[in-house]
Amino acid sequence: MNAPPKAIAGASTFVDDRIGAGNFLKRNLRKIFPDHWSFLLGEIALYSFIILLLTGTFLTFWFKPSMGEVTYTGNYAPLYGVKMSEAYASALHISFDVRGGLLIRQIHHWAALLFVAGMMVHMLRVFFTGAYRKPRELNWIIGILLLTLALLEGLTGYSLPDDLLSGAGLRITEGVILSVPIVGTYIAFFLFGGEYPGHDVISRFYTIHILLIPGILLALISAHMILMWVQKHTQMPGKDRTEKNVVGAPFYPAFMIKAGSFFLFTFGVIALLGTFAQINPIWLFGPYTPADISAGSQPDFYMGFLEGALRVMPAWEINFLGHTVALSVLIPALVPLGIIMTGLALYPFLEQWITGDRREHHIADRPRNNPHRTSIGIAGITFYGVLWLLGANDEISANFHISLYTTTWFGRIAVFVGPAIAYWVTYRICIGLQRKDAEVLAHGVESGVIKRLPNGQYIEVHVPPAEDIAEHIRGKKEIPILEGAEDAEGIPPKGARGPLGRLRAKMSRAYGTDHVPLPDGHHEEVHEAEHAGVGAGDRKELH
Amino acid sequence: MIGTGISVNSITARRRHPLARVAVVTLALGLLGGGYALAAPNGSTADAAIASGKADDVAQGKSLFVAHCASCHGMNAEGTKRAPTLIGVGAAAVNFQVSSGRMPAADSGPQAQRKPRADWATDEAIDQLAAYVQSLGGGPTVPSAEQVDPSKGDPAKGGELFRANCIQCHNFVGAGGALTYGKFAPPLNPATPTQIYEAMATGPQAMPVFNDTTITPEQKRDMIAYITHVRSQVDPGGSGLGRIGPVTEGLVAWVVGLSLLALAAIWITAKKRRAA
Repeated sequence: MNAPPKAIAGASTFVDDRIGAGNFLKRNLRKIFPDHWSFLLGEIALYSFIILLLTGTFLTFWFKPSMGEVTYTGNYAPLYGVKMSEAYASALHISFDVRGGLLIRQIHHWAALLFVAGMMVHMLRVFFTGAYRKPRELNWIIGILLLTLALLEGLTGYSLPDDLLSGAGLRITEGVILSVPIVGTYIAFFLFGGEYPGHDVISRFYTIHILLIPGILLALISAHMILMWVQKHTQMPGKDRTEKNVVGAPFYPAFMIKAGSFFLFTFGVIALLGTFAQINPIWLFGPYTPADISAGSQPDFYMGFLEGALRVMPAWEINFLGHTVALSVLIPALVPLGIIMTGLALYPFLEQWITGDRREHHIADRPRNNPHRTSIGIAGITFYGVLWLLGANDEISANFHISLYTTTWFGRIAVFVGPAIAYWVTYRICIGLQRKDAEVLAHGVESGVIKRLPNGQYIEVHVPPAEDIAEHIRGKKEIPILEGAEDAEGIPPKGARGPLGRLRAKMSRAYGTDHVPLPDGHHEEVHEAEHAGVGAGDRKELH
Repeated sequence: MIGTGISVNSITARRRHPLARVAVVTLALGLLGGGYALAAPNGSTADAAIASGKADDVAQGKSLFVAHCASCHGMNAEGTKRAPTLIGVGAAAVNFQVSSGRMPAADSGPQAQRKPRADWATDEAIDQLAAYVQSLGGGPTVPSAEQVDPSKGDPAKGGELFRANCIQCHNFVGAGGALTYGKFAPPLNPATPTQIYEAMATGPQAMPVFNDTTITPEQKRDMIAYITHVRSQVDPGGSGLGRIGPVTEGLVAWVVGLSLLALAAIWITAKKRRAA
């Protein structure tokens, strides 16, 4: 069992003989990875990124990042003879004249959507299982940086083809920059090289999109992976799983095969989408001119919440010392993004501050077992989701025949009320699920055997749960609560003094109080006593 | 006047003639009126309509109007509180509204919607109704088949005009879009070339009028060529996803892409259910 398989031994000897890294390989190829489907979600983003690098390189062979005007003479007849930028013409060339160009373009775009979507679900998994806790806070922050950069990478990417839709996004970007007080106009002129749209922005975005951000992404992803490797992956609670071990399959061969096959799945799904679902049909949008705009101009989905915020925002504007501050643009551009990204980045530290928990955690929480965290997360998703939905309010209005202003007002109210309702509902669901867990431990699971008692009553016999399920449930850990009680002289402990301290102690009690403690082993007898009609002998028959 | 054989004196004498003023005024009025009649955007008048259509078309149209339209638009198409006057809207408006099923209106929603035509609204009945309304006060006429023939238009030029004038409401391929207060710009896919032309000429409901000085008939034909070309185009990239842009793309990325990958992850990490 302890001897490494031949494949590892052979390879590591080969490497060891040459660069002396055999031990490193031997150790790391046997690295244990815990198994849970949700642990693969981050890999969607990782593999999409690899596909993005490869397809993106292909696209650079033909794309010309220039805003110089040309007359289109390519294969797409409805644009023949139309004046357009070289960037747009070359994107059309890739789509219609380069063999496989449209497929690769579509794969690139679908991979981009799945890259960001994969990051989001991975981040939610980490959040809801508390996998960001000590010692993984830094990796969590690297993840937030990755997500932020991915949004920027997407924005610069879908601006490149210089079609009418990408121009609309560029115009909003310019508007957002202009709305920044004092420096906004300077930044806009710097970015666009003069008056919008200028002649520079496409080539600048190109460099940012293919060099700067991918470089940083690559570096941060490497750091993310190395930290994950060194700190080891968290595992779900269960049989024989402790804070000091990792239960799972070794990297070689089991996890390597799983990861490899999941890469193929990711590639397969993206290739299927790229083949059968048209994405970003730039030839239908037409070339960008600042005078034109289409109905239903939306950004890619990950920018949708910003679009929605802009759409529901009332037209507020103030004049301060002769300077116009366009709050109607500034607030939706910065506030939701700020709440979500800053909130995510600070959450591990706020949680530590509230609970006073400075321990290391390697066992993941089940979301139900930390109901306040789960509720905060769902409230955040609701906030994001309402804004995201409202980013498509004109399509919703047009396709479902709901008045546009009704959707706007729904959004204005729901963005505040929705998260509160979601918080409360989620909290109740968590508590309900905890009760269910406690019940499984206390009363066992349904056996499917109906028993008639001597007095004629029918009952279903319950049997103890399977060991792995019971251990999974028993993996629940108490959330520490700050000491807030006053001592004999009526003086509260250090951390709980002053208004902030008192609030902290109060929040800590609310956050940590366990409303549904799990029954310990003694409850078995209580259960027996409750159902006096079922003798011990009857239960044995069922095993 | 030198060399014409007419002495300047004789012209001067005629200019002083008592009837000269009358003659000049008559000539000026004649030029002005004639010029207007030639240059006016809608040369068709009530008389012209009667002349072009048959007079009994107008009579037939009036009885159709009384039977199907007058309850809202008034007995003489003068308009009521419920519906506008139809005097001067022209045959094109009648043809557009009735052939697309919008009129007679079914309900009092924010705007009349395309629906199957009324039973009585045959092509002939629509022509008769149009002739009657045209006879009331003129207006844009129904375009000829040649005027709306997509094969005679230039789709590339039409595309530029389409993007400049139409897509802010109708979307980049004419898939439709939302307007305020429950109104909407309908999808252009079911519209016939004639209806597209008529909509531009008459500006139905919330739509502005694009008359022949704003967009010439040739340009209208170019736009029709673009619209019909693009809507009949097979999407080269696979399913067009409704051609409404990134909203459905995002939906598919999550509902199809991410769901499939989550299922794959669940499959890969699934454990054996029974002991080996």
